[in-house]
Amino acid sequence: MNFGIVVYPGTWSDSDCLIAVSDQMGQNASYVWHKNRNFNNIDCLILPGGFSYGDYLRPGAIARFSNIADKIIEFGNLGNPIIGICNGFQILCELDLLPGTLLKNDVMEFRCQWTNLKIVNHNQFFARSEFQKSSLQIPISHGSGRYYADKKTINELEKNQQIIFKYCSSMGEVNSKSNPNGSINNIAGIVNSTGNILGMMPHPERCCDSILGGEDGKYIFSSIIKSIDPSKLLKTSTYH
Amino acid sequence: MTKKQQNKITPKISAADLKKLAITQSEYNQIVELLGRTPSPLELGIFGSLWSEHCGYKHSKPLLKIFKNNHPRVLTNESEENAGAVDIGNNLAIVMKIESHNHPSAIEPTEGAATAIGGIIRDIFSMGARPIALLNSLRFGNPDNPKNRYLMNGVISGISNYGNCIGIPNIGGELFFSKTYDKNPIVNAMCVGIVTKQDMTKSTAGTPGNLIILAGSTTGRDGIHGASGLASQNMDGDDTLRPAVQVGNPFMEKKLIESCLEAIQSGKIIGMQDLGAAGLTSATVDLVSKDNIGFKIDLSRVFLREESMTPYEIMLSESQERMIMVINPTDLIEITGIFEKWDVDISVIGETIPQPNAVIYDKKEKLLDLPINTLTSTPTYQFPTRKPKWLTKNQEYKLKNIPINSKSPAKTLLSLLASPNISSKKHVYQQYDHQVLTNTVIGPGSDAAILRIKNTKTGLAFSTDGNSKYCYLNPFHGGAIAVAEACRNLSTIGATPIAITDCLNFGNPEDPDIYYQLKKCISGISTASNKLNVPVISGNVSLYNANEEDNIFPTPIIGALGILDNINNRVTNGFKNNNSIVILIGDSKISQISSSLAGSEYLDKFYGKIMGNPQINLDKELAVQTVCRSAIQRGIIESAHDCSDGGLLVCLAESCIIGNTGFRNTIQIPKRWDFGLFGEQQSRIVVSINKKDITEFEKICNDFQVNWCTIGTTGGDSLTISSLMDIPVSQLAEAWKTHP
Repeated sequence: MNFGIVVYPGTWSDSDCLIAVSDQMGQNASYVWHKNRNFNNIDCLILPGGFSYGDYLRPGAIARFSNIADKIIEFGNLGNPIIGICNGFQILCELDLLPGTLLKNDVMEFRCQWTNLKIVNHNQFFARSEFQKSSLQIPISHGSGRYYADKKTINELEKNQQIIFKYCSSMGEVNSKSNPNGSINNIAGIVNSTGNILGMMPHPERCCDSILGGEDGKYIFSSIIKSIDPSKLLKTSTYH
Repeated sequence: MTKKQQNKITPKISAADLKKLAITQSEYNQIVELLGRTPSPLELGIFGSLWSEHCGYKHSKPLLKIFKNNHPRVLTNESEENAGAVDIGNNLAIVMKIESHNHPSAIEPTEGAATAIGGIIRDIFSMGARPIALLNSLRFGNPDNPKNRYLMNGVISGISNYGNCIGIPNIGGELFFSKTYDKNPIVNAMCVGIVTKQDMTKSTAGTPGNLIILAGSTTGRDGIHGASGLASQNMDGDDTLRPAVQVGNPFMEKKLIESCLEAIQSGKIIGMQDLGAAGLTSATVDLVSKDNIGFKIDLSRVFLREESMTPYEIMLSESQERMIMVINPTDLIEITGIFEKWDVDISVIGETIPQPNAVIYDKKEKLLDLPINTLTSTPTYQFPTRKPKWLTKNQEYKLKNIPINSKSPAKTLLSLLASPNISSKKHVYQQYDHQVLTNTVIGPGSDAAILRIKNTKTGLAFSTDGNSKYCYLNPFHGGAIAVAEACRNLSTIGATPIAITDCLNFGNPEDPDIYYQLKKCISGISTASNKLNVPVISGNVSLYNANEEDNIFPTPIIGALGILDNINNRVTNGFKNNNSIVILIGDSKISQISSSLAGSEYLDKFYGKIMGNPQINLDKELAVQTVCRSAIQRGIIESAHDCSDGGLLVCLAESCIIGNTGFRNTIQIPKRWDFGLFGEQQSRIVVSINKKDITEFEKICNDFQVNWCTIGTTGGDSLTISSLMDIPVSQLAEAWKTHP
């Protein structure tokens, strides 16, 4: 299947995503430049991490006005899968494709570390149940990753099972000690109401190769491939 | 310019004006002699910055000649390029350099440190290399002092903000505190890039008739006199110099990296040079000086950030994120297209000319026309040196008269583990993205970091090191130890050291004591570099580091590069298994000699003394490192850790904490446990090995005639030393994880 990786000036996880999806997952992957409005034959869009347009003003706030913005919205509204990682999550919130926003970490410092994630809800695109996973180890690397939304929105997210990942301890406990940035309800990743757009702060593309310390990122990419074109899922992939 | 005009604009030179430019009266007289007249203010500004210590190395150049650069792996000539390059095989080269930003960081820590990162990255990608890693080495005064804490927090956030924003992993570094750095922090940043050999770009202008293009940020009034005023003389804590500190824009830097590398990939770039110290002046002169040609530029074509800037300001501005490059006029359209794609402004500011002159115009008006070789004929100085009297006294101090610590050995250990110089630095490195680019196999917090090279079996290892207490007590041996330790850090993880870069941070060179330190340290570095077969491929000198009271301790920092032919043959610092044998490589018993306390953390912390005479035997060092690497390559080492700051027991405790595994000694501990457990003699590595591999290990040691001894076994939940201590590993970890 074909992954398209959106590149803004200031994006820096673009090549990491490309390598994870192509070298580790064996799929086709190509860059989609922010000035390019035509992306055909793309099955899934990845909005990677970085500091799009320098993230001056507010993370993702300028990317919202990018040349490609309405095309991303159109692609998502057609029901195609979009995964926004880190800055990509922030951009999806700014585009109103996902509710809420990402505030500065409560520690007021950047954090780069491994985190444990509990899969609190399965999702047909990004967190499929047949892989029998209940938790993942995936690193974070952000200064503004504290998910915030008003109470009503949070209640809806919880009720509609739109929260996919929550930060947890190595024992799977979701509590304030296992929350690296002060996110409400330990939220690390959510989907939109139709379940085809995922935003997550942790970086799955950084853990698709055992030499880097883990391969749990493959779970998410395997889920996407399985949902779009199961025949393309590599036999060698851990999650087949 | 007519004679009349000259007289009109040439003011009588005052002592204050000379100080602003860090030029001496005799240097001024030399300029007058070279020109046959008094210089215009623009000319004087250009001379001043090019002749500054920061650009011209006028105080250190004669000493630096000692570094040999004819090693077969080295691809660059000393100081001709923006950074040093070394061949790593597979048609690849590693480009690296370490640089200081001490003075700017003392005045404005966040921007000072941020622009340290920005500047060193430009040195790397201007050579066509893709930056793949950042490292740093930081020194501050006592963290209990609010001013030092302000400087530390500012510097760390500057590195974090800038580095994280551009997506280059910050994979390692050092942090050290000492009163000597009160108000004068050391901020050294290192960048590493990788390039296929044929894509390496030079700092050259080629032939006459080429276009000179300025790319990147606009030019403002920031950083004027950064090179001369700020970096090349004592600062006297002068806050009015704050405008001489540049302000960084990491987003522009990121776009500049991508656009410049894409331009280089097109094959149309003849030469490239970043604008660093002394801005446009130094960049243009550097570009043409090797080719025996000249340049003609028009300052009205420089994009300005502020209105009505004078030619003087434009030529000396140190605005960040700017690059100049040289292309053939026929390639202008293609190059313009690349920079337009990235929304990076470029301007053709001039061209190369056959006459070897620097010619500067403002539209039609010629402002300056000087032979390049007068500008680059920087005077060099060798100051008198003398071995300071206090040094002999300190070296001869009777360490054996130091009474044993009144604290118990257990309390001594816990207190050292919690001290800012030894405790975990996670509170710092968790603020840096150390994983982006997905090459980081071992990140910060280890003796050395390891990066993979994708689609190969090769690993690259990096460390930075330097112990100023040793250099203060013995500049020659201290310099050699800095090289040895940086390389030992690589050897303990299984990498073969292949090259180093150095940053020499010293006090006022006009003081004979300081010049002695500088000369001896350089000599020590050079000796160790030859012995350990690690050429010095690049470097930087920062002088005049002092506060109101005194000069800083001599602080050479070494950044080292190592190679793992097979990245799978790597080991880490923590104990891995229970019931493994723990071995000390480099000694046949635990030391009972008082001299091991020389310059130790123990002596400083508990007695407030920095005394003794640290020594290193480089033949032994080479053999110890070779044994460690050979054993790792044969797959018989489970863990290895450099025995350095804090001594043997701190080394063992760290291996326990990192591996979450206990240790029990089997070797006898001498009565003077302080000498044995907390002494810091060199050339020692602690490894753990499976029992069955001891015979093979012994054979390797015999081959290289290296002493060793079994000191204990791994296992359990506590660190047990005879009847002296039995401390749970969890308690060690708690102490070690203390924030300063």
